[in-house]
Amino acid sequence: MTLTEPLRRDLPGPVPLHLREWGDPARPTLVLVHGYPDTGAVWEAVAGQLAPGYHVVAPDVRGAGASGAPARRSGYRLEELTGDLLRVLESVSPDRPVHLVGHDWGSVQAWEAVCDPRLEGRIASFTSISGPPLDHAGRWFRARLAHPGRGGLAAAARQLAHSWYVAAFHLPGAGPAWRVLGPRLWPLALARLEGIDTDLHPPSPTLAGDAARGLALYRANFTDRLRRPRPRTTAVPVQVLLVGGDRFVTPGLLEGIEETAPDLWRRTVVDGHWIPLTAPEAVARWIAEFVELVDHPAGPAPRALARSRVAPGVPRDRFEGSLVLVTGAGSGIGRATALAFAELGAAVVAVDIDGESARRTAELARLLGAEAHHRVTDVADRSAVAGLAKVLAAGLGVPDVVVNNAGIALAGPMLETSGEDWEAILAVNLGGVIAGSREFGRLLAERREGGHIVNVASAAAFTPSRTFPAYATTKAAVLMLTEPLRAELAGSGVGVSAVCPGFTRTPIVTATRYLGVDRAEEDRPRGAAERLYRRRSLRPERVAAAIVGAVAADRAR
Amino acid sequence: MAKPFTADPAELDRFREVQQLAYRCAETVAGGLEAGVTEREVADRMRTWLLDQGVDDWFHLPFAWFGDRTAFRGIRQPLQFFPGDRRLGEEMPYILDCAPIVGGVCADIGYSGSLAPNPTLDLVMDDLQAHRSLILDLVRKRRSFRDIYREVDRLIVRQGLENRHRAYPQGVIAHQVGRLPDRPGPRPLFRFGPRSVRWLARTTLVAGRQGWSPLWNGSRRSDHPPVPGLWAVEPHLAFRGVGAKFEELLVVTEQDAFWLDEDLPHVRRWAARATTVPTPPEVPVP
Repeated sequence: MTLTEPLRRDLPGPVPLHLREWGDPARPTLVLVHGYPDTGAVWEAVAGQLAPGYHVVAPDVRGAGASGAPARRSGYRLEELTGDLLRVLESVSPDRPVHLVGHDWGSVQAWEAVCDPRLEGRIASFTSISGPPLDHAGRWFRARLAHPGRGGLAAAARQLAHSWYVAAFHLPGAGPAWRVLGPRLWPLALARLEGIDTDLHPPSPTLAGDAARGLALYRANFTDRLRRPRPRTTAVPVQVLLVGGDRFVTPGLLEGIEETAPDLWRRTVVDGHWIPLTAPEAVARWIAEFVELVDHPAGPAPRALARSRVAPGVPRDRFEGSLVLVTGAGSGIGRATALAFAELGAAVVAVDIDGESARRTAELARLLGAEAHHRVTDVADRSAVAGLAKVLAAGLGVPDVVVNNAGIALAGPMLETSGEDWEAILAVNLGGVIAGSREFGRLLAERREGGHIVNVASAAAFTPSRTFPAYATTKAAVLMLTEPLRAELAGSGVGVSAVCPGFTRTPIVTATRYLGVDRAEEDRPRGAAERLYRRRSLRPERVAAAIVGAVAADRAR
Repeated sequence: MAKPFTADPAELDRFREVQQLAYRCAETVAGGLEAGVTEREVADRMRTWLLDQGVDDWFHLPFAWFGDRTAFRGIRQPLQFFPGDRRLGEEMPYILDCAPIVGGVCADIGYSGSLAPNPTLDLVMDDLQAHRSLILDLVRKRRSFRDIYREVDRLIVRQGLENRHRAYPQGVIAHQVGRLPDRPGPRPLFRFGPRSVRWLARTTLVAGRQGWSPLWNGSRRSDHPPVPGLWAVEPHLAFRGVGAKFEELLVVTEQDAFWLDEDLPHVRRWAARATTVPTPPEVPVP
């Protein structure tokens, strides 16, 4: 990756501040505040993504990197940090409010800034990554400890277990320990625990000093704010990125944050505390989407951002704002699944090889109050599935839930099943699921905002039967590709489920081809099958409910 | 008694007149409906209107169903079909069903609607059109009644709707009606006219010996070619809690079949809507 080289300059003052600047100052200004023990360099990859559209500024916080350091611990109090930020804003964007982004301690101090009357009117929006307002954290702990019985103690203990480092930072000797061990151990820890490529992102040469001095950030502020949390509030629109897999801040800590920021978007993303380093493209996208929304409130908001709007007191359907794609949605389980999601508030894309039936499913979904679309796609055609993924990603958005359901049935002895028969059923039942899983799995993993893939297998996957060997083979394969995929995508926050329905009354029963009997004779086994299915009477709606349940609870099967 | 059926034009005219009368009743009462009226009140209005027009017997007394009762939600036993205290809301679907007899000539009709526009109801009512064509087409092809019933089921599944005629007694999609002697009937019992019930029972008995049934459903007893006569056909479809039906007489002769009347409210409605239903496009390629 080639990064735009930032312009570097120093902001003189009692404590000089070092700034990195990218992009055209005429564009909207974004100020990115780094955390501990980083420097403004932590934003380089993100800023590189944002620079073409924005004027991006990343200061080194006092005590870190090339900025000056105050002599006393009191110089690290949040009030002083807010003063620094004010100086930066006055210098880089004297006339227009800026969009603020904070990571880790940078987010903690940015929260302080957006709540400070001195900066009123200077901040257009704030994106917070992994750093709560200290006053909120104080109130949060006190509320949990006030009701230890109702899970409060457990939640507090859980967060404390993640916050061990804060206590450690208060121990005498933490500073010298950082100075001696930090330069050697810190890069190792980042690489081992956070999966950061330390060749690509080498630690700052000033790390040892930064880390030791930065302890004062914690020591100067924590005890006071946790003991005497003040009620704080801000009118600035805030986007909180709830980072899954964060070792240091649990999402629970941000419960009730809307009391501090009533104009709130809460977006769940993956993965890891140092997400500006591990997923700079995604972080840049989340920042830019929010900035655009705030600057152009009338414009269309991306679905995932619109969904993350926090509106207290407004009841929401479980899948409101989600986009759900179902293949084979023109009939049976596929149609019932599309309608079930539509009833729970999702927008649906009904995909089928038969356009008329897909159109019909979309029409029915609209009657249930949902946004609905349809599209003709033959899932047996890999390039068609890839095309579908491309069209969706560029238009409606990456589907949050993908149900690979399209399938055909074939009954008859193995020896009667021709090579062409095999190819046909493998192409649809297995090839279609593979194509759907790969194309949409990649999109979901890349966007790092979770999602779910459901592959519809069958009870036949467990049923060695001479009646439908080819069908059962494809379904067993679907099951076997689904479970490893679940493990593979778990780290990306994408759930994967296999659903194995038994005999379900759907048009597939009548559409089944029976080999080894004349075409005219096929009606006899077909009639027998229909009678059996009628008696079993498993309705597609029940399978659809199981699929919805698998997504809602992220069940493997 | 199951006499050989002859489609005597004068006789058919009389059946057509009574059917028109019954539909006029439904349209008139529907035109006067207001929010808050109960099923029972509406059934009584139809009954009074028909009695004023000289109706002297009933195949059954009028029925009215509102809201999700049009899809027979919550109906587990026969008495629950009877008009109840459900009050009509603006967007609620409703079904009016009446079967008056004048001078021994019987009609049996079903009429669907809602006060304020209801898009789901519109869809279900639109979908009934395909069933009217399908049934006529397959009867003309002399397919067995059971086959036709199943083809209707398949069409319902393709449409994504539910078959609700299966909730009727015996799950009938149609039943035969016949000519009764020209005199007033006794009081209905459990809303059904005793003479009509007796006629149906006797016909069932005779038909059973001949290998057919006046009750047209998906069972083995309906696995016979179309039987000449007058058949009150009543496909009843629903989507979620919204049901709709029509009911009208199909004339089946030895060689052919036709609907007794083409000038009926649902047929006129389809003709009026034929040009106005737009088809949405596929997912747009940006």
